[in-house]
Amino acid sequence: MPIPRPRVGLMVTCLNDALFPDTGRAVVSLLRRLGVDVEFPAAQTCCGQPMVNTGYLDEAVPLVRNHLDAFAGYDAILAPSGSCAGSVRHQHGLVARRSGDPGLIRGVESAPPVYELSEYLVDVLGVVDVGAYFPHRVTYHPTCHSLRMLGVGDRPTRLLRAVRGLTLLDLPGSGECCGFGGTFAVKNSETSIAMGNDKARHVRSTGAEVLVAGDNSCLMHVGGLLSRQRSGMRVMHLAEVLAQTEPVVERRTERAADPTSVGSAVPDATTEAVR
Amino acid sequence: MSGTFLGTPAFPAAARAALEDSQLRRNLAHATSTIRTKRGNVVGEVDDWEQLRLAGEAIKNRVLRHLPDYLEQLERSLTAAGATVHWARDAAEANAVVVDIARRHGTDEVVKVKSMATQEIDLNSALEAAGIHAWETDLAELIVQLGDDLPSHILVPAIHRNRAEIREIFLREMGRAGRAAPADLTDEPARLAAAAREHLREKFLRAKVAVSGANFAVAETGTLTVVESEGNGRMCLTLPEVLVSVVGIEKVLPTFQDLDVMLQLLPRSSTGERMNPYTSTWTGVTPGDGPQEVHVVLLDNGRTDVLADPTGRQALRCIRCSACLNVCPVYERTGGHAYGSVYPGPIGAILTPQLRGVGTDPQTDSLPYASSLCGACFEVCPVRIDIPEVLVHLRAEVVDAHRKASRVPSVQDVAMKAASWTLSSAARTGAAERVAGIGGKLAGRLGRTAPGGRSILGAVPGPASAWSDSRDVPVPAAESFREWWTRTDGGRSRSDNTDGGRSRSDNTDGGRRNGDGA
Repeated sequence: MPIPRPRVGLMVTCLNDALFPDTGRAVVSLLRRLGVDVEFPAAQTCCGQPMVNTGYLDEAVPLVRNHLDAFAGYDAILAPSGSCAGSVRHQHGLVARRSGDPGLIRGVESAPPVYELSEYLVDVLGVVDVGAYFPHRVTYHPTCHSLRMLGVGDRPTRLLRAVRGLTLLDLPGSGECCGFGGTFAVKNSETSIAMGNDKARHVRSTGAEVLVAGDNSCLMHVGGLLSRQRSGMRVMHLAEVLAQTEPVVERRTERAADPTSVGSAVPDATTEAVR
Repeated sequence: MSGTFLGTPAFPAAARAALEDSQLRRNLAHATSTIRTKRGNVVGEVDDWEQLRLAGEAIKNRVLRHLPDYLEQLERSLTAAGATVHWARDAAEANAVVVDIARRHGTDEVVKVKSMATQEIDLNSALEAAGIHAWETDLAELIVQLGDDLPSHILVPAIHRNRAEIREIFLREMGRAGRAAPADLTDEPARLAAAAREHLREKFLRAKVAVSGANFAVAETGTLTVVESEGNGRMCLTLPEVLVSVVGIEKVLPTFQDLDVMLQLLPRSSTGERMNPYTSTWTGVTPGDGPQEVHVVLLDNGRTDVLADPTGRQALRCIRCSACLNVCPVYERTGGHAYGSVYPGPIGAILTPQLRGVGTDPQTDSLPYASSLCGACFEVCPVRIDIPEVLVHLRAEVVDAHRKASRVPSVQDVAMKAASWTLSSAARTGAAERVAGIGGKLAGRLGRTAPGGRSILGAVPGPASAWSDSRDVPVPAAESFREWWTRTDGGRSRSDNTDGGRSRSDNTDGGRRNGDGA
């Protein structure tokens, strides 16, 4: 009798759903390539972190309940966000206990385990080389919640180092918060921007073309500053980089011009010259 | 002579003023990064640092669980050693005790060891009102006092000042408070320290009464401890005839052996030193040696209220090392004055609202929000105070207090309720996304293209300006992930593919062209 395949539910997160659907598609594409047919439970909405972190724990209760209902019956939950995975792992219990509803407390305790993308790839699937190709200079910002709340450690950078064509550049002061912090970005916008500008300065100093992180919320903040500064830098979610594969190039000239990989596009020499 | 935090605006406004002071920004960034590096080095060389932290947490938790017992034991030990114990419920009671002692000795001045507890109760003002000068003898506290300034850091109260500013303050003010600074004073640290030494020595030799705090108070022996770097504390603790120590009730430790753990955790966490230069311990009165009249004021001032809160009480584990200030990205940019409190930084943001009580004034209620919840503070805390957890907990208390106080819900209340209603149903969420998507399509025409191809908007008027004044705004996706999944059966239908977006025809492609990030 065949062993039933584990059912993995994609918790795409509300921010990615509405603003960054490409990240969700990249996760789907990446996981299919790795043999995991991830499902998208359509009843899902938001983990409730915005309410919890602003002090509205009662308002988070229906969202926690909805999360539990949406992912009931799954073996694992996969979230392309350190922050939202951290919220489910560490805040749902808090919300449930405060609600005083024993059913909700039991529900949170027996909920399927939630994994951030790099945790799922490295710990559950046991892969580091996901077969990706991305011929760019990249720097990686470890977001606070993936770094300190989840403790993903070097999993994301191990994944990035295994990407063919990719050059990973060290980010100075990488462990320092970018200043997003949810409603902090608006309630204390001047402080948030001061932190973000320092982060952007460090990112630009690396000479990378692309800033990669595991949270689109932080990237929205730093990316918003980088584009306002007309830095020419691009921000990408880790999933989008890992989903990239070598394109099939038909024109013979392009293939011949590429020193790194047969069949890929031409690496850009002009950016090197500019810096 | 000392200023007061009264009237400080709420954190966002105070922070704005601090952020505009580029001198302050530079002083703080330099000082905090130096001390962060030092701490990192000396902590890194301790193999059992995590075990030490766990031990520190356990000791302090035991203290808090049995606080009344240990305090009574401390009182018995102190009394047996010849000290006089006073209990103070609040600042007024504590100040009255110190003023009374000074008056009984007919003195119009006291010398002070650096102490957060006496800052907290604003003892200097109370003494001043009674006609008694309180001379701060810690170098940084002296700088703050002479400059008619407020401390901005728990450990380094003048961290916001650089040496040029210090030289100017010494030249201008020292003569008014005692021995003047030499006219040819430079901003060399050694010269500045020498000027302070000359100025302070007169006061040490003259004063009859000294006031201190205590880092730790050992219940089993009645031993008080002061940990310092300059030796000024040792002068105050040994030269005058009378010593009064104002000690927060959470400072008690059960046994002398518990000091072992704390004296390893504290210097490495605070000054980034393996061991601090001066550790003074004294047990009541030693006949013929040191102060012959020793008083200890055990101060509550809101601490039992903090103890009553199961989540918030961990703040009472704090040993005032200030490691959390030095790693805090918010503190590094705003400095301590923005917190409008004797206790600034992350620990101040959880301790001050608890000591003062939330729901009373907007300044206090702004403090739990003065954090991006990045968690760096928890990571370095030697007694493992989960500051982000307490911050979130206090935010909930602030929200509850406001809801109870006002029948009219705030804009934030309404927004959060609406968001909760929308986001607790996938159907409502989907509908909201479709509306946003239509808005996004329209907005996309007004916006420009960011590197990588996504549409963004520049500065937007109205409530969005808090975000968009300095940050571009991503335009909502024309098609949400949820809609895409339904339309394409999760990318399985032929109308779409999921190759990472390379061959999609829309402009959100991921890496079709090379060099597009340059």
